[in-house]
Amino acid sequence: MNEQIINEQQSPETSTTVTPEAEDGKDYILRVRNLKQWFPVSKSMFGKVQAYLRAVDGVSFDLERGKTIGIVGESGCGKTTLGRTILRLYDITDGSAVYTDKDGKKYELASLKRKQLQPLRTQLQLVFQDPYSSLPPRMTVGAIIGEAVRVHKIVPKAEVHDYVLEVMRRCGLQPHYYDRYPHEFSGGQRQRICIARALAVKPNLVICDEPVSALDVSIQAQVINLLKKLQREMGISYMFISHDLSVVKYISDNIAVMYLGNIVEMGSTSDICNNASHPYTKALFSAVPVPNPHRKVKPEELEGELPSPANPPKGCKFHTRCKYCMDCCSEIEPQMREISPGHLVACHLFDDTTQQAEQHEQEE
Amino acid sequence: MNEKNEKLENIADTTANNSVELDEALENQPTTASTDNLVQLNDEDVEQKVYYKELTPTRMVLRRFFRSRLSVVGLIMIIALFVFAFLGPPLFRMFGYTWGETQADRTAVEKRAGDWIESTVNGEEVEAYQYSFQTVELNTYAAPSKSHLLGTDDRGMDVFARLMYGGRVSLTLGFVVVILETLLGVILGGISGYFGGWVDQVLMRIVDILNCIPTLPLLLIASVVIDSWGVPGSARIYYLMIILTVFGWSGTARMVRGQILYLREQEYIVACEVMGIPTWRRIFMHLIPNIMPQLIVSMTLGLGGIILYEATLSYLGLGIPIPYAAWGTMISSSTDPITMSNYPNLWIPAGLLIVIAVLGFNFVGDGLRDAMDPKARK
Repeated sequence: MNEQIINEQQSPETSTTVTPEAEDGKDYILRVRNLKQWFPVSKSMFGKVQAYLRAVDGVSFDLERGKTIGIVGESGCGKTTLGRTILRLYDITDGSAVYTDKDGKKYELASLKRKQLQPLRTQLQLVFQDPYSSLPPRMTVGAIIGEAVRVHKIVPKAEVHDYVLEVMRRCGLQPHYYDRYPHEFSGGQRQRICIARALAVKPNLVICDEPVSALDVSIQAQVINLLKKLQREMGISYMFISHDLSVVKYISDNIAVMYLGNIVEMGSTSDICNNASHPYTKALFSAVPVPNPHRKVKPEELEGELPSPANPPKGCKFHTRCKYCMDCCSEIEPQMREISPGHLVACHLFDDTTQQAEQHEQEE
Repeated sequence: MNEKNEKLENIADTTANNSVELDEALENQPTTASTDNLVQLNDEDVEQKVYYKELTPTRMVLRRFFRSRLSVVGLIMIIALFVFAFLGPPLFRMFGYTWGETQADRTAVEKRAGDWIESTVNGEEVEAYQYSFQTVELNTYAAPSKSHLLGTDDRGMDVFARLMYGGRVSLTLGFVVVILETLLGVILGGISGYFGGWVDQVLMRIVDILNCIPTLPLLLIASVVIDSWGVPGSARIYYLMIILTVFGWSGTARMVRGQILYLREQEYIVACEVMGIPTWRRIFMHLIPNIMPQLIVSMTLGLGGIILYEATLSYLGLGIPIPYAAWGTMISSSTDPITMSNYPNLWIPAGLLIVIAVLGFNFVGDGLRDAMDPKARK
């Protein structure tokens, strides 16, 4: 249903290496189509599932090689689940996620078996939100970073030590941290260790799951700049999940806004930041604090809570909190619509046909 | 910055010979600040680096353990018992004593032997005790003396020597059973927690059933069954080990399962999956090391319980049979009221040793639990 191809017109300097297979001349590292991740929540006595929690409910997006897509949305909208689903930490309920490796070989992540995933484990990596619980407490930094390197034989055995030190240096970690334990470090340094661990296996796509949310602002900038630097050096693509719009704005080439398991608006960073169109995106941006005491902007406050993903509202999922809510919103689910090249919105306000129908109804 | 550097260097200088003080001094520093400063220090100051390497989680636990007086007392008690049981007999021989575990003292002694009779004294009927001295070639019920430090029992066996050999039985049995129990518990609990699903259901129902059955009657029945098989006395201990293990692993298994269920959700285990670390490596390098603290604590606390079980069974005559020595068997001589009241030297020492052993293991277990609790910042 959301089969439109994104970013048809793009300036030549932003496009990276082009493989012949790409349909529109672009090299997509990840193409997600209508991805669904439903969790069974209640079972009857005989094990028949009666209800599902629709954490991710039909998400589609494309990510170009060497680029960054930012996924934003409030807590509980399914951002983290989306990231973990793509990594196949869960079994995908429905839809497809096609990963293309450096040689142009395509992998359908949704249908791969656990064993077949093993070679991909080095290519897809995850950086966690909480740098405190994501490092094993009883291993030294060197052992943590080197473990996967040894398991996957990224470098010959004799060179592992030097290789790990090199990765540590790249990530801004002193070589003598090698024999220390995670509990001896501050949050920022721990996050650097996490990044070093993810990058040590030479991944092509790194899913950053709110990597800076647990850090204070000065450290956030350091970590983000480190990620950007590593992207330049190693040509990694990022899927950057965050609820912090200013961070996403800084690092992303494209932004997708999620609400209750769906992407409601997607486009280039400038499209989303300067021309936010979906009422939810507008509300999100108006909630960002502006560092200027004289600029008085009353934030568009959203009323009510995020509805339960186990029982999502009918029609447009946002209609319960939307101040532009129309009659059709509670009935018909809005489709992704391109309002300007590469800028997609799922909202009936931009839906010409429904708007016309609405007007007709009002006239009558 | 400079001030702080100097301060830290001073600390390093003054405490180069005393690492514990250095540890404490550094603990009091705010973490981030001290780490950053240490980065600079480390480039020039090798001493600091050496210190930092040593502060492993294990070392922190040991430091906290030895800071608690009670756990040190417990440790001393246990070490003393081990020395007594395992190094005791050779030392004993060095001092010229030759008594073994089942060796009766066959020196000839004059024993008073007699009976109550009815007799008439001055026309009045009285109960009188008529006795005579006999020479017996078995020195039973000897009082504590230089040749028998705690006297001899009803078979003329040296109580002190038997205490030492009995300690070997009780302590070895305790350790072997605890290790077997833990192995079984870790394997079954680990499988249950890691794989979940119907495997988990089946194993946990078995645990439930084992927990439903009262242990003592079950152990008694099992011991009687072993008796009926005609197992020789010296092999009884191995059967006892197996019985105690079979009925004791369920608690460990349940604990391990719970811990694994908890750890599986920890992000660093999820990270393992993302990294594609193989399953066996995930279990043995990540999960098991992280449940080791709880395991060690439950093992030490379990040791006392097993020694008590062994003593109970032996006391009831179903454990280690006479003439083999075990503390429980030795206490069982107190079932005889005459021994109970007249010869406390036969059973009080064994009872005391059991108390010391159980207390010692409990002190150490408590100490370890406190030391390994990451929330206790001491």
